[in-house]
Amino acid sequence: MEIAVLLKPVPDPAQYDKIQIDPATGILVREGLKTVINPEDKHALEAALQLKEQYGGRVALIGMAPASAVETFREGLAMGAEEAFLCSDRAFAGADSLATSRVLAAAVKKAGPFDLVLSGSTSADGGTAHVPSQVGELLGFAHLTHVIQFEIGSDGLASVRTKMENGYRESRGRLPLVLGIRRELNTPRYISLMGIMAAQGKPVHVWSLDDLGLDKGKVGLAGSPTQPGKLYQPDMKRKGEVLQGEAWEVAQRLVGIFRSTGILG
Amino acid sequence: MAEKRLAIWVVVEQNQGKLASVSIEVLGQAARLVETASALSGGVAVVLLGDQVGDLAEELSAYGVDQVYWVDDPRLKHYQNDSYSGVLQRLVEREKPDILLFGATGAGEELAPTLAARLSTGLAAHCTGLDVNADGQLVMKVPAFGGRVLGEIFCPNTRPQMASIKPGTFTVPQRRAGRGEIVREDASSLLLDTDIRLTTVDVLQSEPLGLPLEKADVVIAGGYGMGSKKNWGLLEQLAAELQGAVGCTRPALDEGWTAGEHTMIGTSGKTVRPKVYLGCGISGAAHHAAGIKDSGVIINVNRDALAPAHAYSDYCVTADAKKVVEALLEEIRRTKNEKRGR
Repeated sequence: MEIAVLLKPVPDPAQYDKIQIDPATGILVREGLKTVINPEDKHALEAALQLKEQYGGRVALIGMAPASAVETFREGLAMGAEEAFLCSDRAFAGADSLATSRVLAAAVKKAGPFDLVLSGSTSADGGTAHVPSQVGELLGFAHLTHVIQFEIGSDGLASVRTKMENGYRESRGRLPLVLGIRRELNTPRYISLMGIMAAQGKPVHVWSLDDLGLDKGKVGLAGSPTQPGKLYQPDMKRKGEVLQGEAWEVAQRLVGIFRSTGILG
Repeated sequence: MAEKRLAIWVVVEQNQGKLASVSIEVLGQAARLVETASALSGGVAVVLLGDQVGDLAEELSAYGVDQVYWVDDPRLKHYQNDSYSGVLQRLVEREKPDILLFGATGAGEELAPTLAARLSTGLAAHCTGLDVNADGQLVMKVPAFGGRVLGEIFCPNTRPQMASIKPGTFTVPQRRAGRGEIVREDASSLLLDTDIRLTTVDVLQSEPLGLPLEKADVVIAGGYGMGSKKNWGLLEQLAAELQGAVGCTRPALDEGWTAGEHTMIGTSGKTVRPKVYLGCGISGAAHHAAGIKDSGVIINVNRDALAPAHAYSDYCVTADAKKVVEALLEEIRRTKNEKRGR
């Protein structure tokens, strides 16, 4: 089975509380944040590796990022993917989900053909959850996202369970498919020392706008139907009255507060 | 008289004959926009897809809606991306609304981006605020980096302007006097069998036991600082005493202490607005804070005096949350007994 995994390097979600907006310029300050594989993408890659173990074939990583993100892709290669395709061009900067999906879909076509395209359902940074569906549309593949379980038979028939509110939906259809994977699906494997060593010898292809044959007006900020306006940090500050004393004293104060709000008789 | 233009459409969601609450919440915002935005002319329409859902069309028409586009067909019984997006694409291309709104549910998060890709237009995800500026453009406020940052998004050059809204972001509006017109569309011209590549074969939904978090007047939320599953039991006892519900953070969920993901609060979980929120052992990362900011009174108990949670609290306690919860349980039970004794 030929599988593409869409992989997005993101600033480490554990450090988002360090992100600030420069009050003078209104620009996001995110220096010093470590770059990691988008957490859900690791679950997508794990699913791809398991399918490869079951059916044979290859797993290719595809992503759009600055060339400096190559180390993040090496991490995916160390987990067990065969090769990586990194779409990197100044023209791609500032892309919204649709402009991003155009680049990713073009790369999937060029690196393919693939039977299956897997991605995390949501990225930790932008978090739109649009990309799996939009890549699916642009490729002309059927697609599902928020996948929590799936099976693919040797006949290419897929049974896919997607999460919905207070339950799930079960869908059936044929490959090729794009699936957006949630973290509930599996536990990503650890990277072994052997894997890290092997990854050094695996190919990472870097593709530019011209390599992908895309129109400059369809990618990056210029090609994005949505345009960003002002950025700001939500102001949630409250009075922050400190309650001091022993636990029993604090409890008495809290009970008083509960009474005054009417939640306790 | 010229026909009233229907500027804003809300794509509503029904599951097994029941309207999703988020659809009504979004409808409230659509009605607010047409009433308050002077640069926006036109009314509100909803699009309802399903199988034998005429009663839902009636129900919807009472929420400040000018028109209900109702498409009824056995092939639309359950949400399927292919069939739903096929119908919506044809309707939107025919009627050309300015604005198209969705609930960001499991289904909505497939359907909205699918349609945006097909129509080559812009979609803003998980809006926490919608407004129309002086030029008549939709200003969509969206969270990024788990809610740490909010940004404005515009869709200047393509139509419709599309936005999705997570359940619980807005409150459910009141029903109104007057009803919208219900227009039953011909499903056979909007839905082709060749559209359908993936079929929904089964849907399983069950309401979780107990009081839903988003309906509780009191939310007791626990984080990693609770320390153990045993200590977590104290939160459940406290919630029971206060007739509230227990919520959690991602780290507490990952530890396996909680009732499940449906109790997680924050950007990737539930939004709550109880009268009283009590956070126990929660440091207060932005993604959790985003889910509680509209609560009445916010109280946090955390060992770390510098925890971010203290900055957005009305009251804060620097202490071991377990000890304070134990003392609270004792105090509440003591005062309840006193009352009974009187």
